[in-house]
Amino acid sequence: MIEAVLGMGGLALAAGLGLGFAAKKFHVEGDPRVDNLTALLPATNCGNCGYPGCRPYAEALISEEISNIGLCAPGGMETMEKIAAMLGVEPVEMEADTGPKVAYVREEDCIGCTACIKACPVDAIIGANKQSHTVIVEMCTACKACIEPCPVDCIDMVPVPVTLYSWTWSKPGDHGAVH
Amino acid sequence: MGIVASVLKKFHGGVHPTGHKELTERCAIEPMPMPERLIVPLHQHLGAPSVPVVQVGDKVFKGDLLGASGGFVSAAIHAPTSGTIQAIQEHPVGHPSGLTMLCVVIAPDGADQWNPGLKGTADPTTLDPSAIRDRIKGAGIVGLGGATFPSFIKLSPPRDKVVDLLLINAVECEPYLTCDARLMEERPQDVVAGIRIMLHALQTKQCVIGIEANKPKAIAAMEKAVAGQSDIRVVSLPVMYPQGSEKQLIEVVTGRQVPSKGLPVDVGVIVHNVATAVAIRDTIELGHPLVSRIVTVTGGGITRPANVEVLIGTLVDDVIRHCGGLKSHTKKVIMGGPMMGLALHQTDIPVVKGTSGILALTAEESSGKTEHPCIRCGSCVNACPIQLVPCTMAWFAKTDQIDQLPKVDLFDCIECGSCAYVCPANIPLVHYFRYGKLTLQAKDREDKKKALTKQRSQAREERLAREKEEKERKKEEMKAKMAAKKSDVGSSSEVKTGSPTVSKKVTAKGGTATDSKGGGDDPPVDHAKTAKGTSLPEE
Repeated sequence: MIEAVLGMGGLALAAGLGLGFAAKKFHVEGDPRVDNLTALLPATNCGNCGYPGCRPYAEALISEEISNIGLCAPGGMETMEKIAAMLGVEPVEMEADTGPKVAYVREEDCIGCTACIKACPVDAIIGANKQSHTVIVEMCTACKACIEPCPVDCIDMVPVPVTLYSWTWSKPGDHGAVH
Repeated sequence: MGIVASVLKKFHGGVHPTGHKELTERCAIEPMPMPERLIVPLHQHLGAPSVPVVQVGDKVFKGDLLGASGGFVSAAIHAPTSGTIQAIQEHPVGHPSGLTMLCVVIAPDGADQWNPGLKGTADPTTLDPSAIRDRIKGAGIVGLGGATFPSFIKLSPPRDKVVDLLLINAVECEPYLTCDARLMEERPQDVVAGIRIMLHALQTKQCVIGIEANKPKAIAAMEKAVAGQSDIRVVSLPVMYPQGSEKQLIEVVTGRQVPSKGLPVDVGVIVHNVATAVAIRDTIELGHPLVSRIVTVTGGGITRPANVEVLIGTLVDDVIRHCGGLKSHTKKVIMGGPMMGLALHQTDIPVVKGTSGILALTAEESSGKTEHPCIRCGSCVNACPIQLVPCTMAWFAKTDQIDQLPKVDLFDCIECGSCAYVCPANIPLVHYFRYGKLTLQAKDREDKKKALTKQRSQAREERLAREKEEKERKKEEMKAKMAAKKSDVGSSSEVKTGSPTVSKKVTAKGGTATDSKGGGDDPPVDHAKTAKGTSLPEE
């Protein structure tokens, strides 16, 4: 009887120590892929993808909870392609990427409710109560977080015009190339 | 003359494109009739754009300021003739994108009258070097060889650098162009006067004028002009493209190599173009700001090739018309030289300070061949004056390995086109390099914006956390206050009479809100009115 108890107890102790040691020794600090993927995302935590922030979206993609890699609007086509390359999946169709855009408040329609100001994840909208608001173009990431809260639908996404200072050469052979 | 090599050195690589200078080398510089209107772009130089200082309807004299310098590296822009400001608007300019730029449109009054207030100095040596620099800056003078770098900066070397030599770039190594050669033949004394002013401004003792040997008349004229002046020397250089590139010219004349990312002043040399010297002379001695330049109008597609003194802002169309128009078999029009110039999308664009030539090329003169795969022959490596490896650079650009490009020294490339000229596979190498450079710059801008986004997002989260904390603290404070008041029973009558009024108001307001939602029922509206009526006097 006593041998059995001792034997089982010893076995349990050995197994417990082994497991405890293994847990410490081979501890994994989360999934490193989540960190890598989060680094690709714009870090605005705008919630446009339907997740509370950039990291949760990365976690959802890694855990294969969802498969749509094209939900990050501020990241755009470029970020989607990077995610596709990292996860080894095919790039997906995104809402036609017609170049960079920014939010624009139609000031004559704005009632000054500050709803968009509260929604902006990068504090790129300025204005005060009952004063018309406006977007600081250089800081807008086009995450569209301000569109939904606006009660009078006075925010549009407008394309950023190409200027002499932002224009780039197209690659030789590409469409529109100048020789 | 210690700094000047006794035997001329050679730079690595280089090519020998056909000169085609015979088309215009005998054409004297001619004036042009006043065009109907002048369209003056507000960014004609390296650096920041100029800021317009005139308004539509203003009357201006020739030489009046149109655009003020927009930063340290920037240049002022002046009215090329007297007249009325017709508009300040976007207009297409000579840029590979074909995009528009803010331009000042002037309707000339025909008098072409200089501002009578513009005065020159007969003896510039009486002026302080800093005064000379200020006047050159105020006159909007930029490097007229094509790089359009503001000249006053190159006349203000840092205090810790010693300038041993002023090198005048009269190489004009681009095929077809003869504007600098003609200037030296016709105004050699003005070139020397300009050099004297620059030597004085730099407090430098020596000057070398570098001219390629294919311009014997210009060499003779300059030698005659500097006869008896031991500190200015004319050096005839063997013909080799791109010898007119600053760093290559320095190497040939002095044997010194300008380090990568370095400036000529690092090896004790300052280089100015010969046309810049004349512009500086005109500014200091006559008081005239830079409002015109000499343009070589040439190529197989031009009816009457010529060297024309063109007012800045004259449309390329007007210049071509002055030269008899385009022949029917013209394939493309280029602004600048054929090696580094810019093929134009359209010809209704203005001549600017950097426009050295207008070339109309026929199909035989222009390349336009199809690109074939690289055969790794190494011709481009042999031709590159900077000792880069163009085929590798182009490969990285073509395969979008943009991050690799700085490692193969893309930014040392001067875009001279020697590699593309010798390439047997017709690879548009320079186009790949420009694509690579601008893509890297765009990526840099994007990275900066991403960093800013991250920073602002974090700042916002910190602010929200702080606000929440503050709110909670206030709540605690209020609770503590209320608790203190409750325990203090003695003087509670005022508080008690106050609080019912508040609660009454709240219910009244709640009533109006539901009423408006319900919409249209009479009794509640009345109720609301009475509620308001009762609450008003209390307020």
